[in-house]
Amino acid sequence: MILQGKSVFGGIAVGKLALYRKRDDQVKRKKISDVEAEIRRFEKARKQAKEQLGTLYEKALKEVGEVNAMIFEVHQMMLDDLDYIESITNMIRTQGVNAEFAAATAGDNFSQMFAAMEDDYMRERAADVRDISNRLIAVLQGTASGGIDGEEPVILLADDLAPSETVQLDKSRVLSFVTRGGSTNSHTAILARTMNIPALIGVDFFGSGSKRQDETSAEEDRFAEDGWPDWDGKTGIVDGYTGKLYIEPDEKTLSEYRAKKEADEQKRRLLQELKGKANVTSDGREINLYANIGSVSDAAGALANDAGGIGLFRSEFLYLEAEDYPGEEVQFAAYKTVAENMAGKKVIIRTLDIGADKQADYFGLAREDNPAMGYRAIRICLERRDIFKTQLRAIYRASYYGTISIMFPMIISVGEVRQIKEIIAEVKAELNAEGFLYRDCELGIMIETPAAVMISELLAREVDFFSVGTNDLTQYTLAIDRQNPKLDNIYDSHHEAILRMIRMVVENGHKENCWVGICGELGADTTLTETFIRMGIDELSVTPSMILPVRDAIRKSRAFSQDFAR
Amino acid sequence: MTEFNYVIVDKQGIHARPAGQFVKEAASFPCEVHIAKGGKEVDAKRILGVMGLGAKCGDTITVKTNGEQEAEAAEHLRKFLEENL
Repeated sequence: MILQGKSVFGGIAVGKLALYRKRDDQVKRKKISDVEAEIRRFEKARKQAKEQLGTLYEKALKEVGEVNAMIFEVHQMMLDDLDYIESITNMIRTQGVNAEFAAATAGDNFSQMFAAMEDDYMRERAADVRDISNRLIAVLQGTASGGIDGEEPVILLADDLAPSETVQLDKSRVLSFVTRGGSTNSHTAILARTMNIPALIGVDFFGSGSKRQDETSAEEDRFAEDGWPDWDGKTGIVDGYTGKLYIEPDEKTLSEYRAKKEADEQKRRLLQELKGKANVTSDGREINLYANIGSVSDAAGALANDAGGIGLFRSEFLYLEAEDYPGEEVQFAAYKTVAENMAGKKVIIRTLDIGADKQADYFGLAREDNPAMGYRAIRICLERRDIFKTQLRAIYRASYYGTISIMFPMIISVGEVRQIKEIIAEVKAELNAEGFLYRDCELGIMIETPAAVMISELLAREVDFFSVGTNDLTQYTLAIDRQNPKLDNIYDSHHEAILRMIRMVVENGHKENCWVGICGELGADTTLTETFIRMGIDELSVTPSMILPVRDAIRKSRAFSQDFAR
Repeated sequence: MTEFNYVIVDKQGIHARPAGQFVKEAASFPCEVHIAKGGKEVDAKRILGVMGLGAKCGDTITVKTNGEQEAEAAEHLRKFLEENL
């Protein structure tokens, strides 16, 4: 049986299912005779509940960090809230009811107030108020809170989990959370993300309304007496990528998921071990390892994967997503956000690389027989200077907020670079006149044409860095159209011609104090990492998910062969 | 009585955690502190009330202090709001 929910954190979990039933919190209304004694009983319970929360806060502080632990401090404050206390003591005093009943009623009233609010986040806080009342009731009744029985880790299924419940769980025994209620803002979701375990919400395991995808299990599910499905101890799979929960999957599905999980874990171990480590070879040469990104939000992925900077920020998204030429302010905001998010780390923005396979209607580009070799990238920019200047103004204005470098695509001549520099000088003069602040940006070019390789010595005198775009360089050098599947068998990304070209570019660049990186797909090819390092490459820029695997390859490489070192 | 207006700029509005911090700050002064929003006024030393205001980004809240150290309290709370909300 397969149930569909909404994933709040990716990953795979395979294990026994455990249904988390809340204690029977049925609170009975009782008449009490000694009102003052009941109020004292309430005050004592309140004090005890606050002490429990203090302990939980300390525990959560260690396990999930201050931001997530703060909720227990807020709970303590709620227990100190005079509105809350008075509503309970007044009820005891005026209606002569037991403290349990008064606490439950107050909890309901206040949680209803939150549940009625517009804001999603505030609605979630209804659970908090109910939670503190339940805690009070538990103390008053002298019952312990629920938990997981047994030693084996489980996939925990619950209606919804209150914050105090999630923190009391022995987390080493939870493989995944699956809840029927909850939202992406719920504590369970936040906790799952903090714990890095897969979690699903909105899974209706009571059957009604659930999107059952496997209709073959025609027989009615057996439900336990309390109305919960009878799944305790059965095998389940949580797929945090697709949001699916499998109950008693067949052997084939099970072995598929075990393999997926193994691959997942291996990847994660690699990530965990390598985070924070230097990109340094076993014999001590350090390489810059940056990320390629194609939108503002990608910067988060770059940082999460420990990128040392952005080696290629493709600016096309601004143009491709728009209906008309994106203005200076829109571009400025995008570049500034990335520069700020990277907090001083280098961000290399590549100017507009449109044309060929990347088209935007409003540019009105004519159809071409051979677009890869046609009117594209810097060729458009040098002709349509208005477009180019708008982008450069935006980049220079954003440069004030971080460390921005600028890189130009499809260069084939020194003349192009000089024209670019003239335009930059105009842009700077304008910004000066208008009183905008900016910093001087490192200027570099993409090396993606054989021409640029051949004159790299001359180009190196003009710029601060080179970044080799191996995809186009390979296509142009081997004269192989990468879109043509017929040519796949002769397309060789490790072709000696390409490797020699990269070596030549590094040597020529270094002669003129120009650093050299690779931002094409080849940069992420870990079978070549050592080769590149031995060539003297200074930087590799790869897709965020490849940063740690490439770091691993760097750390296993030697910059000099053993013989040479001796 | 001292009072001032403040426009919430935090995208999340006055949520549980900042509400808790605000209440703590308010409670550290001897004077009465109230917050009003759209005709509703609550005791700023009580967290459920403050959270119950549901003040969101862009909302204007009025903070009123009355009694001993009211000027200091107002100044301090204004600073707190500016730094946190």
